[in-house]
Parts: sequence; C-alpha cells; structure tokens
Amino acid sequence: MSTVLILADFVGEKATKSTVELATAGAGIGEVTALVLAPAGKGAALAATITQGAIAKVIVIESDDFIQHGVAASADALAHVTDQLKPAALLIASHAFGKEVAGRVAMKLVCGIITDAVDVAPDCTATQLVFGGSTTVHSKVPQGTAIITVRPNTITADFVAANPVIENATAQISDVAKKATVTSTQPPVKGGRPELTEANIVVSGGRGTNGDFGAVEAFADSLGAAVGASRAATDAGWYPHSHQVGQTGKTVSPQLYVACGISGAIQHRAGMQTSKNIVVINKDPEAPLFELADFGVVGDLFAVLPPATEGVKAHKA
Amino acid sequence: MKIAVCVKQVPDSWAQKKMVGGLLDRANVDAVLNDLDEYAVEEALRIAEAHGGNEEGGANTVTLISMGPERATEALRKALSMGANDAILISDPVFVGADALLTANVLANVIEKGGFDIVICGTESTDARMSVVPAMMSEKLGWAQLTFASKVEVDPGAKKTSITRVTESGVDEIFAQFPCVISVVEKINEPRYPSFKGIMAAKKKVIDIQGFASTGAELTQSWSVVVDAAPRPTRAAGVVITDDGNGGVKLVDFLGEKKLI
Ligand SMILES: Cc1cc2nc3c(=O)[nH]c(=O)nc-3n(C[C@H](O)[C@H](O)[C@H](O)COP(=O)(O)OP(=O)(O)OC[C@H]3O[C@@H](n4cnc5c(N)ncnc54)[C@H](O)[C@@H]3O)c2cc1C
Ligand SMILES: Nc1ncnc2c1ncn2[C@@H]1O[C@H](COP(=O)(O)O)[C@@H](O)[C@H]1O
Repeated sequence: MSTVLILADFVGEKATKSTVELATAGAGIGEVTALVLAPAGKGAALAATITQGAIAKVIVIESDDFIQHGVAASADALAHVTDQLKPAALLIASHAFGKEVAGRVAMKLVCGIITDAVDVAPDCTATQLVFGGSTTVHSKVPQGTAIITVRPNTITADFVAANPVIENATAQISDVAKKATVTSTQPPVKGGRPELTEANIVVSGGRGTNGDFGAVEAFADSLGAAVGASRAATDAGWYPHSHQVGQTGKTVSPQLYVACGISGAIQHRAGMQTSKNIVVINKDPEAPLFELADFGVVGDLFAVLPPATEGVKAHKA
Repeated sequence: MKIAVCVKQVPDSWAQKKMVGGLLDRANVDAVLNDLDEYAVEEALRIAEAHGGNEEGGANTVTLISMGPERATEALRKALSMGANDAILISDPVFVGADALLTANVLANVIEKGGFDIVICGTESTDARMSVVPAMMSEKLGWAQLTFASKVEVDPGAKKTSITRVTESGVDEIFAQFPCVISVVEKINEPRYPSFKGIMAAKKKVIDIQGFASTGAELTQSWSVVVDAAPRPTRAAGVVITDDGNGGVKLVDFLGEKKLI
C-alpha cells in the first residue's frame, strides 16, 4: 500500500481541522503518516492534540530552528522525511506558510507541486478551481511524489478517532536554511469566533458598515459564524487585517457567505466566489456582487440585519 | 545595490479567461503587468531612492526580470516607465506551459548570473495564484527568504535587510544579510503612476530578450501537468428582493429553506 505524508497543521498549539482534512484526503490514497514539527520540548504536547483523522503514524521532530528560521527550516525537515518515506503524495494545508514550505520542498527534491486543491483523488489527481472559480482544472504529477497543498474547508473531513503510533525523529537543518532569522513573532489576534477559513458560515462587512460592525457581529453570532471584512473595511481600520477576505486576504469556501455593504470588486470575489451559498445585502441594486447572490436583499444593512438576527435566534430556539 | 524585481505579465483580472488544451488562452485576452508586482517595483524604487538613487551615476540599479512571451515587453515598458533602469525578458517557445518549478529555476539562474544583492517579487501572480515562486527561488539560490513583507528596511552599509512578515500565522520580524529574496504584500506602499517623462524615458531603456540557452538553466519537463480543464456551470441566477421592512424575515426564510440554520 502506498504511503501518504501530511504536514500536521496547527494554530497555536492545537491541531486544526485542516489536519483532519489532509488525513481524509490522504487516506483515500494510502496509509497516512503525519509529520509534526515542534519547538524543543513541545513535540509530545502538539502530537497529543491530533485526536481525529485516519492517521496511522505520527513522526515528531523537535527543533527551535522551526521558530527561529521559519519556512526554510521547516522545509529542510519536511524534505528530509519526504525523501526517506518516498510517499505517493505529500499533502500540506494551503496557506502562506504551507505553500512556501511546499514550494521549497518541491525545489529541493525536484517534485511537481500543485497548490490550492479542493479535492484529491485516490490516484493523486488534484482538482483546482481557477479564474475566480469559473473553471475546474484537474492536474497531476506524472512521476515521483506529488506535492499538493489543499485549501482548508473544501474536503469533507472524516472525524474518525486517531490512534497513531508516535515516533520521534531528528533532521539536520542546513546553514542555508538558517540565513533568515525571526526576531519576534506575534500570533494573530483570536476572538471567541470560529476561524475564518474553517467556518461553515462567514458574515462579512464592507464600507457599507461605515465602521460599525455591531450588526454584522450580532448576526454572525446568531449563526455561530466567523466575521470577515472587505479591504475597504480593514484599510479603514474598522476590522483587523487578519479578517480580510479576498485576493490579498483569505480565501474562504463556507456553506454560507453573507456579504453586508460590500460592492463586489473582483479582488473581493476572488476570496469568496467558491462559497456554496451566497447572500448579499446592499443598498445599491446595481452592486456587482448581486450577480453571485443566491439570495439578495436590496436594502440598508442596519435595517435588514437586526430582524434577521432575531429571526435566526427564534428559529434556533 | 543591485536590485532585481521579478515581474510577470498576466491576463487582465477583469477578462473572461479560457483554457485551451490545458493552457490558459493568453492570446485572446488583454495582458497587463501583474498588479501585485507593481508594489515590488515601487518598493525597489523607494529603497534605491532612499540610499543614493538609481538615476545615471546613482548608487543603485533596478533591473526587471520576467519570463514570458515576447509581448511581455509591454508590461516591462510600464514598469520601466515607473523608473526601473533596464529589463531582462526570458522568452522561448520551450517555456510554453512552464510550471512553478521550471519558472523558479530559470529565474533563479538569471538572478544568480546577474550578481544582485536583493530580489523583490510580488506575493502572487494573479493568474496562477500560487505564491510559491519567491520561496522556490530562495531555495534554489540558497539565499535568505524574506517573504510577505509589509515593511522592508535595508542597510546597504551592513548589507542587512529586515522585514515585517504578515500572514495568517501572525506578524513576524525577520532579518537577514544580503543576498536575499523578498516578496511584498500590497499594503506596503502605493505604486506611483508613470509620469510623462518616465514614459518617454522608458522608450529608450534596454529590454534584453534572452532565449532559454543563455539562462544556464537545465531544461526539465514541467513536473505538474493539467489533465483537463472545463468551465464550471455558471451559478443559477438567485432571487433578489427589495427590503420593504420584511427583508430580514425573508432572509431567515431563505436560510431555513436551504437548511442553513
Ligand atoms: C492589489 C489589490 C488587492 C486587493 N485585495 C482585496 C482583498 O483581498 N479583499 C477585498 O475585499 N478587496 C481588495 N481590494 C480592494 C477592492 O478593489 C475594493 O476596493 C474593495 O473590495 C471594496 O470594498 P467594499 O465593497 O467594502 O467597498 P465599496 O466598493 O465602497 O462598497 C461599499 C458598498 O456598500 C454599500 N452600502 C453602503 N451603505 C450601506 C448600507 N447602510 N447598507 C447596505 N449597503 C450599503 C454600497 O452600496 C456599496 O456597494 C484590493 C485592491 C487592490 C488594488
Ligand atoms: N514568469 C514570471 N516572470 C517573472 N516573475 C515571476 C514569474 N512568475 C512568478 N513571478 C514572481 O513571483 C511572484 C509570485 O508568483 P506565483 O508564485 O506564480 O504566484 C510574482 O508576483 C512575481 O514577482
């Protein structure tokens, strides 16, 4: 049976839902080994948070170089393990860090790389949605390990209990990988709401909120949703940059995306176009985002959202 | 300092894009300078201007490097009119359908030969949207990787660069010695519009067009291939209502019908 290596994905010190999604995709191809790259002394604790997903084995490598030298050091260790295991596929979560690590490993081992897959078939064929979701592409790596980054929240995760064998390993981090030094790190500000890229529902506000996200947040909370924002809103300082949805922000593919006071610039669409259901609330009936709406309300968001929030609460009661 | 900026010509984001035989149909769409690369050009010019300029006799040069079809000279002219000194375009029929691995290999070879101190890229090309080429070039060159920068500070005397890296994993401060590969996010600056003088001057600037042979890269096949591509069914037109005081309630009805709540 072929082997699949996944790079376990963490936020803070907890394995994410992406880790389970990678395991799910990997289990369709072969037996899944997850690699945990941890700061010194943290390996066991991080590995212990991998409680779900079809994972047969966890390999733990500890080194403070992962903190001090970031992407390049992680890529060194991952390439080392990949070279030993020679897996059919190496699956990594598709975010800035994941894609860059994938790129460096591909260059080191001379392997093909496919980014932003929304599905991976048992023969390692990856499905991508390109050009703002208008085109479906199937891509393959004809030989060697297929390095594929998988977009969070697009594969339906199989939350089986994980009971992996845990193995400790070491990897030599090269001097070249230590050329850039991280002097300080600030984790992203986390509120009580779900993670934007993992959420089933995202409610976003734009310039139309005029700086008041109260109604957007209240509606989001009634739905248990994450809150997103357009660049107009993050640029104005109304909402943290880490919540920006779009080409230069995050790409989200939730079951439901609700855009409030967002016009629908191409750069915003690029980050939300593949959402399964799209609801648009905008005063201007000509707003281009209505073209994508499954349900649209022409109206003032401050008039539409409060009764909708009450309605959702009543529905759930 | 010798600064290189990697820029790509891409189809206009607004254009309808089509795949023909597994490749993007580049011939039938308007092509523009990748807008995220304009920030890279601007940052290179600002760094040069802050440390002795890049005019004739200045302390720095800003060289554009691009791989693409010959018509990519249009995009290069635009970046030259912003103020870059000269450009190298690597153009060869063997590159049709080149993947990230081949692209990064070729660009890295050209950069290595050029003896640059720093290379600046955009974070993403708006057609491929991979965000991997800068990291892959850094790996190939064995140079420090300083990517996703929202702020860049360069100290030419100490040959040192520090950046603020902004990604979903948080905000990092990172430094490295020259040479290094930098990529910049769009929040870093406001790209200048080419002035009339800049546009006139750009007409006389040199674009050195090189074929594959002169890059010194090894020709590899593309390691990832497109099996097929098909347009997705367009979204069925939705319902749009006008709020008459009941918009919120009707919205909840819609969510209920779709079993979203
Ligand atoms: C290189 C680059 C990268 C970019 N990246 C991104 C990105 O990642 N994400 C992103 O979002 N943008 C991005 N942009 C910016 C993008 O082009 C738009 O400027 C931005 O998305 C507009 O945000 P908006 O829709 O909130 O604002 P606007 O376009 O100003 O739209 C506001 C809308 O709110 C409506 N409105 C006003 N008041 C109300 C009310 N009371 N009730 C209901 N509706 C109301 C208006 O009718 C209008 O349609 C990028 C731009 C560039 C150049
Ligand atoms: N063909 C190319 N020619 C020059 N620069 C490129 C090319 N492809 C990618 N780049 C650079 O790499 C960055 C990231 O591209 P990508 O990894 O394709 O999303 C771009 O913003 C450019 O700076």
